[in-house]
Amino acid sequence: MEHIVIIGNGISGITAARHIRKQSDRRITVISSESDHFFSRTALMYVYMGHMKWDHLKPYEDWFWEKNRIQLKNAYVSQVQPEINQLTFSSGEIMLYDKLIIATGSSYNKFGWKGQDLDGVQGMVTKQDLELLEENTKNCRRAVIVGGGLIGSELAEMLSTRKIPVTFLVRETSFWNGVLPPGESEIINNHIREHHIDLRLSSNLKEILSDENGRVKGVIVEETGEEIACDLVGLTAGVSPNISFLKDSGIELDKGVKVNRSLQTNYENIYAIGDCAEQHEGIGDRKSVEAVWYTGRMMGEVVAQTICGNPMKYNPGHWFNSAKFFDIEYQTYGWVFPEPRDGEAHFHWQHEDGQKCITINYQEESRKFVGINTFGIRMRHETFDTWLTEERSVDYVIENLKQANFDPEFYDTYEAEIQQSFNKHQPVAQ
Amino acid sequence: MENNMSLTGDVSTSLSISQKLAVFLGMAGLFILTLASFNINFPNRTLWLYTTLAAIGIGVIWFAQATYANKTEGIKNDHIWFKSITNGGVLGWIAGLVLTGFYIVLYFYPEYLGLNAEGENTGIIAFFDPLSKLLSGNPASQWFVYGTLYTIAILSFGIKFIWKYRHNKYERLRTFSVMFFQLSFAFLIPEFMQRLNSDNFSLPYYDLKNIWPLNYYNFEQYRVDSMINAGDIGIAMLLFGIASIFIITPILTYKYGKRWYCSWVCGCGGLAETAGDPFRQLSDKSQSAWKIERWVVHSVVVFVVLMTTAVIYSYLGEDGKYWLNRTSFLIGVAVLLTSVFALVMIFKRNEFQKDAKFGAIGYLAIILSLIGFHFLSGEGKVFLFEAEALRSTYGVLIGAIFSGVIGTGFYPVFGNRVWCRFGCPMAAILGFQQRLFSRFRITTNGGSASLAEIVLRIARWG
Ligand SMILES: Cc1cc2nc3c(=O)[nH]c(=O)nc-3n(C[C@H](O)[C@H](O)[C@H](O)COP(=O)(O)OP(=O)(O)OC[C@H]3O[C@@H](n4cnc5c(N)ncnc54)[C@H](O)[C@@H]3O)c2cc1C
Repeated sequence: MEHIVIIGNGISGITAARHIRKQSDRRITVISSESDHFFSRTALMYVYMGHMKWDHLKPYEDWFWEKNRIQLKNAYVSQVQPEINQLTFSSGEIMLYDKLIIATGSSYNKFGWKGQDLDGVQGMVTKQDLELLEENTKNCRRAVIVGGGLIGSELAEMLSTRKIPVTFLVRETSFWNGVLPPGESEIINNHIREHHIDLRLSSNLKEILSDENGRVKGVIVEETGEEIACDLVGLTAGVSPNISFLKDSGIELDKGVKVNRSLQTNYENIYAIGDCAEQHEGIGDRKSVEAVWYTGRMMGEVVAQTICGNPMKYNPGHWFNSAKFFDIEYQTYGWVFPEPRDGEAHFHWQHEDGQKCITINYQEESRKFVGINTFGIRMRHETFDTWLTEERSVDYVIENLKQANFDPEFYDTYEAEIQQSFNKHQPVAQ
Repeated sequence: MENNMSLTGDVSTSLSISQKLAVFLGMAGLFILTLASFNINFPNRTLWLYTTLAAIGIGVIWFAQATYANKTEGIKNDHIWFKSITNGGVLGWIAGLVLTGFYIVLYFYPEYLGLNAEGENTGIIAFFDPLSKLLSGNPASQWFVYGTLYTIAILSFGIKFIWKYRHNKYERLRTFSVMFFQLSFAFLIPEFMQRLNSDNFSLPYYDLKNIWPLNYYNFEQYRVDSMINAGDIGIAMLLFGIASIFIITPILTYKYGKRWYCSWVCGCGGLAETAGDPFRQLSDKSQSAWKIERWVVHSVVVFVVLMTTAVIYSYLGEDGKYWLNRTSFLIGVAVLLTSVFALVMIFKRNEFQKDAKFGAIGYLAIILSLIGFHFLSGEGKVFLFEAEALRSTYGVLIGAIFSGVIGTGFYPVFGNRVWCRFGCPMAAILGFQQRLFSRFRITTNGGSASLAEIVLRIARWG
C-alpha cells in the first residue's frame, strides 16, 4: 500500500491527512516533534491567559486519529533523501515513503542580535514557547517585546493579563504601518497604549544584555542608546519557514520550499504546503510565502486531491484575513495597501470613538472596488468575496454596505454615516 | 503547566481590595440567611430581611463594578482556567456541594428550612414572611424563599453579565429581557395574582412564561379544575397554556429560532447565563458527551409526553365535567404525533438523518404506551402504573434532581448548561421545531476557522 508521510501536524499537514483519508485507503503517517496531537496554534495565547486549557486547543479528540487510521509519530526529521525516498530521524531511525508532504510551518526570526540566545529571550510560536513563557514570567518585573506585528501584539496582551509591565519596541514609525494605512495604524497605536503598554515607535533593538548567569537583564535601544531593564525579551519580528533540515537534500529551497501551483517541489513525489511553502511567484498580489491559517488549510485540501488522483491547482481566491489587536477586531478583504498604488485612491472613515474605522481602496479611473479594511465592524466574508469576483464599483459597495454587515443583531450600524462621509469626500463622479 | 499558578508569586489572579469587600458583603448576607435557618431570632425581622437581601445583591453588583469598570470593553475571560472556583477545582466543588445541599433540603427536607405543616413556619421561611406578605398577603413558603433568591441572583448577576458584555448590544438587550421576565412574570405577577384569590375564586400559581413541558404540572387535575372553576380568566389561562406550546412557540421559533425562549425568556436559561456565566467553559464538549446528551434529552421528552398524557387520561371521563373523553384524548395525541412524525419523515428525512433513530424509537414507545393505556387501564390505574406515581417520579427525577440539584447545583462542576443540554424537554422540542422549519440559522463567517473554533469553545449553547 502506498505510504504517504507528512512532516508537520499543523493545520496544513492535518488537513491533508484528513482529506486523503476521506478519499482513500492509503497508509498515512504524520510526524511532528512539537506535540503528540494537532492543536490550534492561533489560540495558543488563550491558554496563557487562562481562557482555555491545553486540551481545549485540540479540535479533535485523541481517539480520532487511531479511528481514522492516521498514524502519529512524535519525532524530529533531520534529513530527507529524495533519491531513495527515505527520511532519517534525529534518533537515527529511518522511514521510507512513497509520497512526502512537507508541512513544517515556521519559526520566529532572530536577526543576529547580540544576546539573542540568552535565557529569558524567546519567541511565541510553539507549544514549547508557551511552556517556556510560563517559566520565564515567574516573578517577571518587566518584559520587552521586539517587533510590531500580530504576534507581538498578542504577546503584549498575554503579558498584560498577568500584570507584567511591557515595553514594546517597534521599528516602524507607527504600528504595522507596512501593512495598514496611517489612520488605522494610529488607532492601533492608541489602543495598545490604552492597555498601558509602553509602546516605543521608531525603535530598534541594539543588543540584549546578560547578567552573570547568562540570563537577560536588559536591552539597549539602537536609536537612543537607552538601557531598559527587563526579565524577559519576546522576539516577534516575523517568522520564516522551517527548512534548515532540508538544506542538502536536493529539494529546491529559497525562503521556503519552492513549489509550483500543484504544490509540488522539484521532486514529483514531494509536496510542500502551509507556512513553509514558497510559490515560484506570488499568486495575484499575494506574497510568495504566506503564514496564515486558512491558506495552510486550503493547500492541505489541494494536495490531498492531487495525491488521490484528482490533480488540482492551488487557487486561494481573493485575499482576506482577520485578527484581533487586544479588543479591536480587524478584517480585510481584497487589497488595501498603506499608500494607494498608482491609479488607486483610499476612502477612509473613522468613528468618533476612535475604535472603529474602515478604509476602502478603489481604482480612481474605473472606480473598481479593490479592497476594504475594517476595524471594530464585522463584515461578511461571502459578500465581499462575491463583490470582488463581480468586480463591483466602489459606489456599489458603499451603497450596499449594509448587506455585508456581520455584526451581531442590535449593534449600532454606521452605514448611513459612512455613506454620508463618502459622498462628502467624493464630489459626485463625472 | 496549568497548575503552578499559585507558586509563581503572580499577583494578577488575586482579588483587589474592593472585590474582597464585595465578596465579604455578599457572604455576610448569605451568613445571616444561614443564621435565620437556625432559628436565630432577629429583633426587627423586616429590616434584617431587606438588609440581608440588599447585601447579597449589592455584593454581587459591587464585585462586578470592581472587576469590569476599569477595563476596556471586550470579552474578558482572563484566568478563568486558573481560578479554583471556575476551573472545576476545589472551590468549585465546594460551591457545587453547598448549592446541591441547598437544593436537596429545598426539595426533599423543607422542614429544615422551617416549613411546618401543623402551624406557623419558622426558620428561614418565616424570615421571608414580611416580603411575602407585602406581595401576596400570605406567609412565605419554601418556594417563595427560593423564588426570591432566584430572582435576586438573576438580577444581580444579570447586571454583572451586562457589565462584562457591555460591548455587545445583543447580549445587553437579551439579559435585560431575561431579568424582566424573571422579575415580573416569574416572581411578581404570580404573587400579585394570589391577592385576587378569595374563598370562592382561586387561580393556581401560574408563571405565564413557563410553557409545557417545562411546567410539566400545568395540566394536572387540581390546576385544570381550578382554572375551569375560575371562569373566563381561568379558561383563558388554560387556553393560553395550550396555545403556548402548540401555536405561539412554533411561530416565534419559526421567526427567531429557539433562542427566543432559551436566551430571552426562560428562567433556567436566565440563571444559567447570569449566575452560571462564570462556569460556561466547564461544559463537556466531547463527542461522547454529545451522544449521551442525545439519548438523555430525548428520553426526557418521551417521559414527559407519556407522563402528561397519563395524568390527563387518569382524570378525564370520571364525570361529565370535561369536554374531552378518554378515548378521543388518546386518539388526539396519537394523531398529532403520527402526523408530526409522518411529515418529518416525508419532507425532512435528510435533515434529520442522525436523529431519525431517536425519533422513531421515541415515537414507537409513545404509541405503544398509548395503546397500553387504552387496553390495560382500569381501577384508577393507567396502564400498569398509577398516573400519580408517574407524575411524582417525573417530578422528583426530572423536576427536582435533574433541573435543580444537578442542573443548577453543579454549575461549578459540570458547567452552566447541563440542564439545558441534557435535561430540558422544552429545549429539545424547540430545537426540533427550529430544525424543522425555522428561518433562523447559526452562521459563521468565511474561512477564519480559527476564530470560529475559539468562539465556539466559550460560546453559548442554545
Ligand atoms: C501566536 C500565533 C498566532 C497566530 N494567529 C493567527 C491568526 O489569528 N490567523 C491566522 O490566519 N494565522 C495566525 N497565525 C499563523 C498560523 O498559526 C500559521 O500560519 C499556521 O499554524 C501554519 O500551519 P502549518 O500547518 O503550515 O505549520 P505549523 O502549524 O507550524 O506546523 C508545523 C509543525 O511541523 C513541525 N516540524 C517542523 N519541522 C519538523 C521536522 N523537521 N521534524 C518533525 N516535525 C517538524 C513543527 O514543530 C510544527 O509542529 C498565528 C501564529 C502564531 C504563532
